[in-house]
Amino acid sequence: MAGVIGRPRRRVDGRAKVTGQTKFADDIALPRMVYCRLLRSPHPHARIVRIDTSKADAFPGVLLTLTGSTFPIPYGVLPVSHDEHALCQDKVRHVGDPVAAVIARTESIADQAAKLIEVEYELLRTFGTPEESLLNPEPRIHEYGDDGNIHKAVAMQFGDVDAAIAKADHIFEDTFFFEGSTHLPLEQHATVALKDPDGKLVVYSSTQTPHYLHRALAKTLAMTAAHIRVIATPNGGGFGGKSDPFNHEIVVAKAAMMLDRPVKITLSREEVFYCHRGRHPVQMKFRAGVTKDGKITGLDLETLLDGGAYGSYGVASTFYTGALQTVTYEIPTYRFRGCRVFTNKPACGPKRGHGTPQARFGQEVQLDKIAETLKLDPAEMRLNIVAPPNSLTANFMKIGTIGLAECIRKVVARSDWKNKFRKLPYGRGVGIACSSYLSGAGLPINWNDLPHSGVQLKLDRSGGVTAFCGATEIGQGSDDVLAACVAEILGLETFDIRVVTGDTDLTPVDLGSYSSRVTLMMGNAAIQAAERARDLLAEAVAEKLSVPKEQLVFADGRVSHAEGAEKSCSFQEAVVFAEAKFGTIGTTGSYTPPKPPARYKGGGVGPTPTYSYSAAIVEVEVDPETGWLTVPNVWIGHDIGRALNPTLVRGQVEGGVYMGLGEALMEESAFRRLPAKLSNALVHKFPSILEYKSLTSLDMPNIFTDLIEDPDPAGPFGAKEVGQGPLLPIMPAVANAVYDAVGVRVDEIPVTPEKILKALTAKAAGKPARYGPDSFPSIPWPETLMVTPPWEGGDGRAANDPKRKKRVADAGTEVKAGITIAREAK
Amino acid sequence: MSNSFRLSLSVNGEPIDALVDPAKTLLEVLREDLQLTGTKHGCELGECGACAVLVDGQPVLSCLALAVECGGRSVTTIEGIAAGDELHPLQDAMADLGGSQCGYCSPGIIVTAKALLDREPNPTREQIKEALSGNLCRCTGYLQIVEAVESAVQKLQTKVAAGLQPRATK
Amino acid sequence: MLRLPSFKYYAPASVEEAVDILGQSPETMMIVAGGTDVLPNMKRGQWKPKTLVGLRGIRELAVMMPGPGGSRIIGAGTTLSTLVGDELLQKNVRGLWQAAAQVATPHLRNMATIGGNLCLDTRCTYYDQSEEWRKAIGYCMKKDGSTCWVATSSKRCLAVSSTDTAPMLLALGAKVTLVSASGSRDVAVDDFYNNDGMSYLTKRADELLTSVSLPNLRGWTTSYWKLRRRGSFDFPVGAAAIALKLDGGVVEHARIALGAVASRPLLSEKASALLIGQKLTDEAIAAAAAAAYDIAKPMDNTDFELVWRKKMVKSLVTSALREARGDDMRAKRLSLARQIL
Repeated sequence: MAGVIGRPRRRVDGRAKVTGQTKFADDIALPRMVYCRLLRSPHPHARIVRIDTSKADAFPGVLLTLTGSTFPIPYGVLPVSHDEHALCQDKVRHVGDPVAAVIARTESIADQAAKLIEVEYELLRTFGTPEESLLNPEPRIHEYGDDGNIHKAVAMQFGDVDAAIAKADHIFEDTFFFEGSTHLPLEQHATVALKDPDGKLVVYSSTQTPHYLHRALAKTLAMTAAHIRVIATPNGGGFGGKSDPFNHEIVVAKAAMMLDRPVKITLSREEVFYCHRGRHPVQMKFRAGVTKDGKITGLDLETLLDGGAYGSYGVASTFYTGALQTVTYEIPTYRFRGCRVFTNKPACGPKRGHGTPQARFGQEVQLDKIAETLKLDPAEMRLNIVAPPNSLTANFMKIGTIGLAECIRKVVARSDWKNKFRKLPYGRGVGIACSSYLSGAGLPINWNDLPHSGVQLKLDRSGGVTAFCGATEIGQGSDDVLAACVAEILGLETFDIRVVTGDTDLTPVDLGSYSSRVTLMMGNAAIQAAERARDLLAEAVAEKLSVPKEQLVFADGRVSHAEGAEKSCSFQEAVVFAEAKFGTIGTTGSYTPPKPPARYKGGGVGPTPTYSYSAAIVEVEVDPETGWLTVPNVWIGHDIGRALNPTLVRGQVEGGVYMGLGEALMEESAFRRLPAKLSNALVHKFPSILEYKSLTSLDMPNIFTDLIEDPDPAGPFGAKEVGQGPLLPIMPAVANAVYDAVGVRVDEIPVTPEKILKALTAKAAGKPARYGPDSFPSIPWPETLMVTPPWEGGDGRAANDPKRKKRVADAGTEVKAGITIAREAK
Repeated sequence: MSNSFRLSLSVNGEPIDALVDPAKTLLEVLREDLQLTGTKHGCELGECGACAVLVDGQPVLSCLALAVECGGRSVTTIEGIAAGDELHPLQDAMADLGGSQCGYCSPGIIVTAKALLDREPNPTREQIKEALSGNLCRCTGYLQIVEAVESAVQKLQTKVAAGLQPRATK
Repeated sequence: MLRLPSFKYYAPASVEEAVDILGQSPETMMIVAGGTDVLPNMKRGQWKPKTLVGLRGIRELAVMMPGPGGSRIIGAGTTLSTLVGDELLQKNVRGLWQAAAQVATPHLRNMATIGGNLCLDTRCTYYDQSEEWRKAIGYCMKKDGSTCWVATSSKRCLAVSSTDTAPMLLALGAKVTLVSASGSRDVAVDDFYNNDGMSYLTKRADELLTSVSLPNLRGWTTSYWKLRRRGSFDFPVGAAAIALKLDGGVVEHARIALGAVASRPLLSEKASALLIGQKLTDEAIAAAAAAAYDIAKPMDNTDFELVWRKKMVKSLVTSALREARGDDMRAKRLSLARQIL
């Protein structure tokens, strides 16, 4: 049989999943286990004056109550924003912020007792919108950050963008809004912590990042990291929502150590909405200079992120809104300014596509407007500006292989684009959009020189191979990738490989299942470990069979001489020979991404070993009378480099399309502010799986997927990422299709029937045929970092001092109307 | 537990006798009293479908079924779908064709699809989508799930053609 | 995991036994049939009955049978799936079949009963929330508070009627039978509801809804159109239910009802009256739709924006009437409902 790579296969953990045997965190039940509930703040912003737990303490069945005083040490996933505590200290910053914990014999008792805890609050001003936070520096939601309630503001420029735009044939200026959304994993977060018989801490948790949880536990509990074992249980969906260390994880870890009993917490669905760390709501302003044949001369982008109440990954999210524009299309000059503000809502963070879908939406819709104005076919126009392979962009991002043009050609051909675009009857339309994404972040969160992923292999005389890696199975199939990479090198089937993953005691560190990094980084580490094992076996077998070791082939569970099958042995015999010759067989592999060429502050966000690319065409039907919108078909092409298991790759593409359609059409993290004169309240409008709308089987269109395989040298067997990229083009493609169908622009996500109808009504009244934001707020940008592009002799560093704090008022004027302003050349 | 009810029911073909608090849902009894953790939960409010099980062959949500009301009934969970060591064709197809990614919705989806095939051995794609419209999946986009069900239909029909009896839930 | 608070549970075996139990202390008791409305409300702390009276064991509630004079009796314990699986209903009372088939999800229809759907608690995004959430807004008029946050000047609760079958049964001129220890009474569906989000039913707490009776519908054409975001799960946020009797293309009788645009299902008498004696021309349909539009009062307490929801009422009524006229509405139906019904 051929190797495992490239063959559509049952994933290694497939049987467990379809028999209900996969053990998720909440499935764990241990003797003497007790239950934790958190008391959460009912106020969006308040000072904690007093907490009295005495009634809860006295409640029968309660073993322990905890408040912030037990957790004085702050934590956070990014070193620059350790702004969270396991339980709030002196103030609460959003409805749902945890202030106390109860551990009791049963979940019901814990729940009842938590309601008996008395908390006295002194209410503070509520910040509900980014504009409020920009205008009012006091009271500060946090005592750190760039200024007032601005968490982070960054500005950087690559080349003389103003001159490039000024001399362009056309200038386009557009404003967009992308509403926040959340991951909504079907599994609610759960954690079980215990003190093991040795007295050390063990934490089972539905986390995508056991390594970061490990670090947070060591810090907040002031324990030796080596005495803490974090086991990431398979996640019932993550999508970025389980990538932060969470307060509930720290609380039950502490409680388990104090009580010497296993402690479990399972969040309610509502609490999952408070954990959140989902998509940031982002306002955007795009200003582009374009030649008459559709080439971009310069792009000036401003973004404003509503960060919610904590830092989370927010600094990275801010940079990501501006990092990937240049790796998709040729953009010779570029300025990016991004700002994240704190508000009194659950913190936003990384959701599938992390920071890039919002600006991707703006860019792709603006390109559609540009093509319309220039009377160019938007697919053709994009083909003309695809970034070149193996190149360095204006902002020093290193592009490897790029299959974007092929993706565009595929979807154009398969969808019959040329006979549909601007040719379908009124009410039906097609739209195209493209995207790119990282195959793993090029730099680690905690800056150091350590590998990003490590794999250990254990082989023994049984012929058994065990692969150990800290990577976390969140449904994407990372366990299968690990087994496949090892099996391929050793000539085995994936069933022959036992995988042990996501266990900080047993497995070498992998940074976690985020930023689409696992296949590339763990895969490369696995290949290295497997090749080292194969070399040991080959040497021993060569000696036994008296053949040159270079001529040995590992396939079908045997090690054979390439020249003839008569000289061969089983894989098990090969391990026996090797173990006899070398002693116990164990090998390691590790992966560290190449050092990125960007050296300016902020240049650490965006680099990757290789980018994936996607192109999508979406077909819509719009009822012009009501705005009702349906999506019958989606065509998507994805540059995967190489599909290690095409079944899983297709699943990731289709899952990305699904989640993208959810965001495009209905998913919204909406909040409710009561009339200010009557109430201070600011609540999540519907923290429920019923009212937060996600598509059902009946709402899904046909999806036609094409995988573009052009192996990238940076990837394991040539593979690139697929977990996030295919989501990105869906939202702009929907908006562009709506324009094709009924001639109105919805410059805002989600694209809902109400908005379409409002735009249609505006059009009928002779107003701009558009729904979307009319302006972009004025932001006190910091001094712009000036980086000379590579082709002008830049070295990747900023010319001006990045440490200077001088703020300059924004020289640009506010956009008057959000509609595209096309200006003819002089 | 003065208010407890004596409960006798069949779970995956095995008789179960238990003393049950009326406030317990079938979900809680299955997962916590019987350790049948294959049945999942995503909201406990009837809004996601993760907790679907079969009661007398019909898919219902165990989070909204009072255990006391299941007396005398026959409950089938994901643990009762395979025949001994042989997976149900739906399970095989879901595992082989990408129908299960994180796997959290899979138990509910598989029992629901099983009920459909017991009732309608040759469903159209529309019927499959409709039958599964009460099971949310956040990973797959449903397409590979629907294809898995279609593939299982073909396998089951081949079995029937070969003279093997399809298994029906009692 | 969200759990139920403790309660005492009774499982009467007959209607007589059930109403006897209910009669003892009706204000502390609640009736549970399918459980799909009562149990979520209890888990969220909206309802805190001391006692639940379960109807599962009452066989006589789960019957469907012909009644006198061509009428049809549907036991209140009949599940919505049973209705959906009833071929006669699908053929002869298509509107009711369409309404039942669009309730929630297949799983929930296997559990939920027609009686439960008629008694469904009114819904509101300020109310269908956990105890903690409601505490964060200072509660609302419907439960533990005094303000209706939907419209703070409102003297009454504006929670919205969210049942699919009630507007259709209203259009059909159906009656419900209510039984208590002191006797039984038949009530027209129109008289079963108040336009008040809190006391939305005229049923007394000690009364049990035992059956629904449909009049003789020979010669009537019926249709139900529902507005919701997705193809399943969602409660209606607007609905049109129509029943017409046509004589040679001329409307002899007409009843047009609206769902989910008030705290009760609304009968549009004006829309109905406008059609009588008319042929179902586009103009006649538009006039009826406009009249229905006038009485719809959607509020900002459901999915979608209220202004748009009100506009959609016109579209829903138009579609229902066009379907009744015999237009091929399958494409439109598929687009809105995600399935052909």
